[in-house]
Amino acid sequence: MADDSVFSAQTARGLVHGIRREKYTAREITEKILAHIQNTNPDINAFITVDEAGALEAADAVDQKVAAGQALGPLVGVPIALKDVLCTKGLRTTCASKILDNFVPPYDATVVTRLRQADAIILGKLNMDEFAMGSSSENSHFGAVKNPRDQTRVTGGSSGGSAAAVAAGQALMTLGSDTGGSVRLPASFCGVVGLKPTYGRVSRYGLIAYASSLDQIGPFARTVEDTATLLGVIAGHDPRDSTSAHVPVPDYLLACQRGVDGLTIGLPTEFFGAGLQSDVRDAVMQGIEVLEKNGASIREVSLPTAGHPAFAIAAYYIIATAEASSNLSRYDGVKYGFRDEAESLIDMYVQTRSKGFGAEVKRRIMLGTYALSAGYYDAYYRKAQQVRTLIRRDFDRAFESCDLLASPVSPTPAFKLGEKLDDPLQMYLSDIYTVSVNLAGIPGISVPCGTSTEGLPIGLQLLGNAFAEETILSAAAVVERELAS
Amino acid sequence: MTYESVIGLEVHAQLATTTKIFCGCSAEFGADPNTHVCPVCLGLPGALPVLNQNVVEMAMRIALAAGCTIQPRSRFLRKNYFYPDLPKGYQISQFQSNEEMPLATGGGVDVPSADGGTKTIRLTRIHMEEDAGKSIHQEAFVAAGESLVDVNRCGVPLIEIVSEPDLSTSEEVFHYLTSLHQLLVYTGVSEGDMEKGHMRIDANVSIRPVGETQLGTKVEIKNVNSFRNCQRAIESEIQRQIDLLETGGEIEQATMLYDPDRNILRAMRTKEESDDYRYFPDPDLVPLVVDSAWVARVQSQIPELPEVKRVRFAEDYDISADQIDVLTADRDVADYFEAAVAAGVQSRLAANWIQGDVMRVLNDRKIAIGDLRVSAEDLAELIGLVDKGDISTSIARTVFDDMVETGDSPAAIVEKKGLVQISDTGELDGVLDQIIADNPKEVERFKGGDQKLMGFFMGQLMRATKGQANPQKASQLLREKLG
Ligand SMILES: [Zn+2]
Repeated sequence: MADDSVFSAQTARGLVHGIRREKYTAREITEKILAHIQNTNPDINAFITVDEAGALEAADAVDQKVAAGQALGPLVGVPIALKDVLCTKGLRTTCASKILDNFVPPYDATVVTRLRQADAIILGKLNMDEFAMGSSSENSHFGAVKNPRDQTRVTGGSSGGSAAAVAAGQALMTLGSDTGGSVRLPASFCGVVGLKPTYGRVSRYGLIAYASSLDQIGPFARTVEDTATLLGVIAGHDPRDSTSAHVPVPDYLLACQRGVDGLTIGLPTEFFGAGLQSDVRDAVMQGIEVLEKNGASIREVSLPTAGHPAFAIAAYYIIATAEASSNLSRYDGVKYGFRDEAESLIDMYVQTRSKGFGAEVKRRIMLGTYALSAGYYDAYYRKAQQVRTLIRRDFDRAFESCDLLASPVSPTPAFKLGEKLDDPLQMYLSDIYTVSVNLAGIPGISVPCGTSTEGLPIGLQLLGNAFAEETILSAAAVVERELAS
Repeated sequence: MTYESVIGLEVHAQLATTTKIFCGCSAEFGADPNTHVCPVCLGLPGALPVLNQNVVEMAMRIALAAGCTIQPRSRFLRKNYFYPDLPKGYQISQFQSNEEMPLATGGGVDVPSADGGTKTIRLTRIHMEEDAGKSIHQEAFVAAGESLVDVNRCGVPLIEIVSEPDLSTSEEVFHYLTSLHQLLVYTGVSEGDMEKGHMRIDANVSIRPVGETQLGTKVEIKNVNSFRNCQRAIESEIQRQIDLLETGGEIEQATMLYDPDRNILRAMRTKEESDDYRYFPDPDLVPLVVDSAWVARVQSQIPELPEVKRVRFAEDYDISADQIDVLTADRDVADYFEAAVAAGVQSRLAANWIQGDVMRVLNDRKIAIGDLRVSAEDLAELIGLVDKGDISTSIARTVFDDMVETGDSPAAIVEKKGLVQISDTGELDGVLDQIIADNPKEVERFKGGDQKLMGFFMGQLMRATKGQANPQKASQLLREKLG
């Protein structure tokens, strides 16, 4: 989308530089971007809540710091927006659901605290599939997000607002969450960079849970370097999250300069099979050739379980929905959020949840409840966990001979709004190349590598071993440098 | 037909930690409703649990004291159900399944058996879990169709101690609960305050004809809050089952609630209505891994247990069996006794004082020995004053009561009140001469052989000296004067 805001063509890195040099103030930038959101959001619908007052207040505080010559954070003055699944103290957090329509958290998610400490400016909260359940960002109580590259198309999901806001210049960076591809798919569909970190790399404290063993917060930006910078700010151990890892945070920005010379990159045969649209394959192969040209050696690998949709998609939908059925039990109308008054307690529960949740959320709660039920647990949940173990082994084996794996993010580019809304199974297949990554807990990125015959963006998915975000970033930076449109 | 009963217990005990199991909120009892809360125990969206290491250590301590095996790896599961006082819609609990182990398995607790020996009640497991909140149905609100919820108790740490069905009588149940309570308090794992609900009991009860090996259908009695009530509830359930079988009825698997006021059980739900809790491992908590070094460290912190202490006291001290029971029932009382002995008092004298006056004060004032203002050293000093003949036993009692009030040392009180015993012959002479002069008739009768009048003269003497006369010295002098 064309726009004339001062920094839409700029990176966060450049912006931070300008603010440090006092070429412009954070307030100027913030006012301009807020105006830009005002103008563009009616079309894109990326924002659910815009926090003008909070953003300007934060901008003024940053400007005072600059004027006083105080130490400045790495994201000083950078306008950032957050998927509405991250808790923000005093700012409504809805999960794009009617059931949390009026929920105002009394605390900040750990990543939000870290952004504030880095002197970022938080603009507001971004649209998404309700409770992060979906692949198109159409399942929202606040209406579908539209793809800034073609407004008749979806953004992908579930972090559609996060990808769209970056693509439309409504924010320089955003945060999303990825449970089965929810960062990588919209990044690919909207032509921006989106990274899903290793499970445990980023604290989940304050991330409203969809599927706790799969959820991971991830950064979006226009460039690989900005993505790396944002990852560096949010990564690291958090005592409030038992599943966050005690692994030191390296200099991700430095990794972007490293190149790919000498790396071995594997192409999983199963991710290039039937169903992959030919123009998507061509764009992805173009990205892979760039890596080869820069010194990487390319080889084929096999992921027999992880690459098999009957295993990966099935295991994902059982584990994710089982956890979701429990995670979403707390929305019962008793303590906060939407309540539908009724005569009896049980009626209140039933009506609140029937009216408060959308169709896809209810479908997944029912699926997960069934999978955990007495008599079905072994056939579904336990079996899915066994498949998950096999998927992990597939990747372990692949990383014995490869530094990275490369594949498409999705079989097709962005599809039309409404196209798959009535066909959940078709919708689920959009995630065919991404879900196994979450089941294995490894990191992955989507970096733009070309366009479809219709001119729609296509992302290259690069996967690394656990905590190998640096390798992923170094390869993504090479692709970006050579193929930036 | 004669029947025997088969009983297994699940005891929930509240751990004596200062904070809750998964957050830093205070676990203290009795605060204003909903003041000990945070995003975690309120179950707010996005909040995550973090396991309190202190809870694990306390649970390990009681498990080791009961001879359990600590599992090197255990997990927390989610027990899913809807209830207004359960903010997350699930309770986090360790639950034994085919794949997942609880913190501790095996072990046992000894109880006295009917034949005078002891019987070991085997334990199935000990596991950790969080407590739920409390629904409050206040009249004014009920009338308006509303109930209140207090979340303070959410996340208060509990352990569940599950026994094998090794108990066969309600008396054994009572002894088992008493032993368990003593063990919990001894190890400092729980305060064991029944009035604050620190121990809550579920009992599984079945009966079968004597000689039958197969178990009968079991009925679960839920949430009993005192040992006596538990005993009574089990007795009445056993009788109900016998009556049912004798009249050709059949026992249905059910969950019952005990009403202690009316001594009756009423059914909560039957098997058909039983809940499906959809247990699965909580993905927010990593598996709990306990290595042998940790086990050894906790093992070394376990104090001497009551059984061992009883044997040692019998060997080391010259005290009666009855006194051993009194002194070892409470770890602090035992420590107090040993401190007094260490300060130089004969064990029998120290035991007499503690069993008598010290326990009297504790009972009258409903205080623990830790709250007594008389230190073991001061008690030893007081006993020493009697021993040396500085004060009489009866004066010592008065001094002790004074010590309880003021916390002063016995010497200071004796000094302050001028209570030092009169052993001085010259001083006693004068007083006795006066008494002899004042009571010529009694003197006559005594000399005539009425030895009982000795008591009369001593009474007169004590009155005249306000009890401070040294009785041995005085009676010796009196016999000289009248003999
Ligand atoms: Zn709390």
